[in-house]
Amino acid sequence: MKAKYLFSTALALSALVCAPLSAEVKIGMVTTLTTKAGYLGEDIRDGFMLAIEQGGGKLGGVEVELLVDDDGRKPGKGREIAERYIKSDKVKIMTGIVFSNVAMAVVPKVVKDDVFYISPNAGPSALAGKGCHENYFNAAWQNDNLHEVMGEYVTESGYKKAYILAPNYPAGKDALAGFKRFYKGEVVGEVYTKLGQSDYAAELANLRAAKPDSVFFFLPGGMGINFLKQYSQAGLNQSIPVFGPAFSFDARILKAVGDAAVGVHNGSQWNHDFDNAASQAFVRGFKAKYGRTPTLYASQGYDTAKLIGSALKATGGSTDDMDAFRKALRAANFSSVRGKFRFGNNQHPIQDIYVRKVVKDSDGIHNVTVKKVFSNHSDAYAGDCSL
Amino acid sequence: MLLFIEQVLNGLQLGFMLFLLSAGLTLVFGVMNLINLAHGSFYMVGAYVAATVMAATGSFALALLVALGAAALCGFLVEVIVLRHLYHRDHLDQVLATFGLILLFNETTRVIWGRQPLFMDIPEFLSTTVEILPGVPYPLYRLVIIAVGIGVAVGLYFLIRHTRLGMRIRAGASNREMIAALGVNIRWLYSLVFGLGAMLAGFAGVMAAPVFAVESGMGESILILTFVVIVIGGIGSIKGALLGALLVGLVDTLGRAFLPDVVYFLFETSGANSIAASIASMGIYLLMAIILAFKPRGLFPA
Repeated sequence: MKAKYLFSTALALSALVCAPLSAEVKIGMVTTLTTKAGYLGEDIRDGFMLAIEQGGGKLGGVEVELLVDDDGRKPGKGREIAERYIKSDKVKIMTGIVFSNVAMAVVPKVVKDDVFYISPNAGPSALAGKGCHENYFNAAWQNDNLHEVMGEYVTESGYKKAYILAPNYPAGKDALAGFKRFYKGEVVGEVYTKLGQSDYAAELANLRAAKPDSVFFFLPGGMGINFLKQYSQAGLNQSIPVFGPAFSFDARILKAVGDAAVGVHNGSQWNHDFDNAASQAFVRGFKAKYGRTPTLYASQGYDTAKLIGSALKATGGSTDDMDAFRKALRAANFSSVRGKFRFGNNQHPIQDIYVRKVVKDSDGIHNVTVKKVFSNHSDAYAGDCSL
Repeated sequence: MLLFIEQVLNGLQLGFMLFLLSAGLTLVFGVMNLINLAHGSFYMVGAYVAATVMAATGSFALALLVALGAAALCGFLVEVIVLRHLYHRDHLDQVLATFGLILLFNETTRVIWGRQPLFMDIPEFLSTTVEILPGVPYPLYRLVIIAVGIGVAVGLYFLIRHTRLGMRIRAGASNREMIAALGVNIRWLYSLVFGLGAMLAGFAGVMAAPVFAVESGMGESILILTFVVIVIGGIGSIKGALLGALLVGLVDTLGRAFLPDVVYFLFETSGANSIAASIASMGIYLLMAIILAFKPRGLFPA
């Protein structure tokens, strides 16, 4: 008995020892799976995993192992996970962070440790301009992009008196700055609300009194649900049109907001109705696997995986030659669900950005693409990047 | 002037919303001398259950009924399984245990309902606006919240002052050993009070669900405000909770509504908006500090 036990232990041990010898590439994902924002990380992860599954456990023909851990939206926790990935798992490729504050705590540190970080979401300005780094790539957007597109669209639609709102924190200020960069009319009210605010009655009363002809808001997550519900309950959606970035109008938020979101225009780099082959394969696969319509976050996770796959393919799964891998990433030789996609000098996307509209029809409440507003749009910080 | 009146109304409405939540908390704190951080979880349970029942049946009345039952049941179970063992322990132990309960409840809702925020609409017959002042349409549902708040305040006053149960609750609050010695089943009384508190929180959750986002962790964003309310009002006092809630609601709303103009008038800087927002979010804490400086045990110490 004892011999048998010893034997099986030895077998198990040898299996453990042998495992790292296989050509498996480890990818470390630090993302937000808990807190109210947990669904963002869930969608990024699910999009990423779909790409791996469609490749039969491989990305770009190279076997990969995805490590996922939850940062709980805390910068310190994100950093801990990243350090563990680097030290004990010897991870060379990382991704997954949802929030800019977590990204700022993790990214500058890991890229210095010769790890590639490919962002599927957060794109803080600090990492796009002077703080850009050769090992940092962003596969989604620079944070300001989806606000800029709304500034342009509101202007070209002929609105002259905008009322704008965002939470009082760095990303909120960046959002309004991004909007104003392209908006040419008058701003009749600029309001910063409390982060995590539930009740917007006071803001809505002031808004009505200011008599704007349009409203732009950036209130991610539950704040946006609160705002939109209360906006429509106050009867304001009958008279003043609302504009915003896609963050408050993804497929999952729309389910929680209901009819109150119908008619709202929002800016996005992708929508589930895009007719390119990559997007259709993604939407079909995602719906089949998870039984829900993918959000833009899911599309970003998916594209990030495809991008990493394209680089792994080019180098045969090796990240030892960092220059070669970096060059392969920079080439962005993959078919993005967005159609056209390439990197600018700061390794952030140069892409088309669209305006979508929320409609209610036989498919329920969802977004339809209205028009392309920006072609080959970069970001305002690329010039400061020395790469 | 019209705007000012409207904002005062908004403040009162937020106040009554907070009162619904604080009434139960202050009752539990006052009678049982128990700090319950998980109070917001019952609020969340109320909202989640109501949204689910409403989506399934379309009936607001049924949603309300089931949600109240669910919140009370959760409260009862939590009291019997966890908190009963903590009455004689330090407040810090209670904080630790009830904080653990928050995590448990949040995680459980995620397991049951997923990460997707839920949807709940205002019942059809309440989803209109009323022109309370010329040119100011006000959502009827918010007026209903005010009415419900007043109703609960009156009901609790009656319960505590004019019923046998209320008498025992008051007696239990002032001397629990004595009332136990007099033959009142204090265990049963505590379970009942805790269940009642949880039910009130669940009620607040149901009322909030059509207006606010129904999501995991929704209780915590409002819990801090309710603690401010009961500290201002005096721990254990329903009257204090009512006054505290209205004060907090008014200060918070009026601060958010008018501070930007005041700051801009005083300084005329481009950053006025964000400065004002920062000051406005401190408003209620300043209020609390000032009140505690003059009345360290709150406005109506029990």
